Amino acid sequence: MVQNRSLIDESGKRSDGRIIDELREVKINVGIIKNADGSALIEFGKNKIIAAVYGPREVHPKHMALSDRCVVRCRYHMSPFSTDTRKSPAPSRRETEISKVIRESLEPALMLEDYPRAAIDIFIEVLQADGGSRCAGITAASVALADAGINMRDMVSACAAGKVDDKIVIDINDTEDKEGGADMPVAYMPNLKKITLLQLDGELNTNEFNTCLEEAIRGCLKVFEIQRSSLIEKYFGDEKGLNE
Amino acid sequence: MQEFKRKYVIPGDIVAEGNLKPLVNVFRIGNSIVATRIGIAESNKDGAKVIPLSGIYFPRANDIVIGKILDHSSLSWSVDINSCFNAHLPAQDIFGRDFSPAHDDMGSQLSKGDVIVARIAIFDRTRDPILTIQDKDLGKIPIGELIKISPTRVPRLIGKKGSMIQIIEQASSTRITIGQNGIIVVSGKDKEGINIAMNAIHIVEVEAHTSNLTQRIKQLLNVPESEIENEDTNGNQEINVTEINDDKAVSNKIDKEMGMMNSNGTK
Repeated sequence: MVQNRSLIDESGKRSDGRIIDELREVKINVGIIKNADGSALIEFGKNKIIAAVYGPREVHPKHMALSDRCVVRCRYHMSPFSTDTRKSPAPSRRETEISKVIRESLEPALMLEDYPRAAIDIFIEVLQADGGSRCAGITAASVALADAGINMRDMVSACAAGKVDDKIVIDINDTEDKEGGADMPVAYMPNLKKITLLQLDGELNTNEFNTCLEEAIRGCLKVFEIQRSSLIEKYFGDEKGLNE
Repeated sequence: MQEFKRKYVIPGDIVAEGNLKPLVNVFRIGNSIVATRIGIAESNKDGAKVIPLSGIYFPRANDIVIGKILDHSSLSWSVDINSCFNAHLPAQDIFGRDFSPAHDDMGSQLSKGDVIVARIAIFDRTRDPILTIQDKDLGKIPIGELIKISPTRVPRLIGKKGSMIQIIEQASSTRITIGQNGIIVVSGKDKEGINIAMNAIHIVEVEAHTSNLTQRIKQLLNVPESEIENEDTNGNQEINVTEINDDKAVSNKIDKEMGMMNSNGTK
């Protein structure tokens, strides 16, 4: 991958003004879609993504149902207006793949055996994309699943780390993704301390890989705190009395 | 009164440590009991559980539910019970054992769109739930306003030993039938009473987890303190979504002519 300009300046600031271990600003609104059983809107830097969860509900077509557990169906979709040039609304190869990896990153957290013969549908709609949309999508979907009241072993938080100008940085943005050296999205169950998604695009040596993974997990933990506070705020508002 | 430790939890949070029994909406990892839902965690010496604040209705045998007839085959009606499974009401339940699809007209008893209150007779996760209406206060509901609330709020709406629902029924002069699946039918003579009851139910749904809710509902409905048996007004006590597993609800009936209240709901 050719780097044609410096992405980190002399003072250690990145292209969007962050330092190397700084997340973009993350905001999560819970329960924004009344028709869904659970939903969340996440703003992860310039990413704007809606996740909506339906279910557990009846499976149609019925032959897809599993007798011992619930089926999870996930659709990651980018709106035509989410990028600077119009994206065709038809599902692309990339979206199909991301739908699959998101489903697989969320399934370990769900107690699917509690809902046999049912289905959980997860819809992730990217309204505005700015790199790291699969991580933001997983984070929002996890909040939406909790909002839907589906039994979960743990929340799932996701954050990417990567290599830019030979430095390991956290939460890669669009420019760094395209022009940087490596991008490693990680999804993590923060209480169980288990990784549910690990992808890597680019090249890292063993040391870099280990540092990158540690940084990504640190990012996931920061994201988890935001997930947690957004859910607590939605369900308990200012009534924090019980926890004090 | 037993000592409870309560706190707000989200999935993955530790509810309690130690050798406690995991009750509902929790599971054990090593020495910790971990929540699986958003809600209020309670732990005492009997065990630890989470009272959930969101979620759909998952059927259980012997629950009283309110459903809408979707269709019928030659042997049973299919009923929407606001769950991930459609329930079935066998024709034999109404026509008796000598039911014959050739002679009996199922449409004459229940047709599409009818609302029934029924008990879940059989449900074991491997098949769809089977309903029965052969019990007291079960059967077709002829008239009333239908409201849907979150099934997780049903125990709060019933209140301790039916206290909350009795307050609302008395103050609004209505009859309220509650299904464990979150469907409620309000019926009464005047529209104003029905509106008052629906408004109160809406407030209970939105503010289910807050303290002193019964007091606030009493104030809203202008119920004098003496009329209803005084509840313990301790703040924590009020977060009484509690007997969530024990509530086999729920058909509250005011027999106005007899001047009696028969609340055969919560046990």
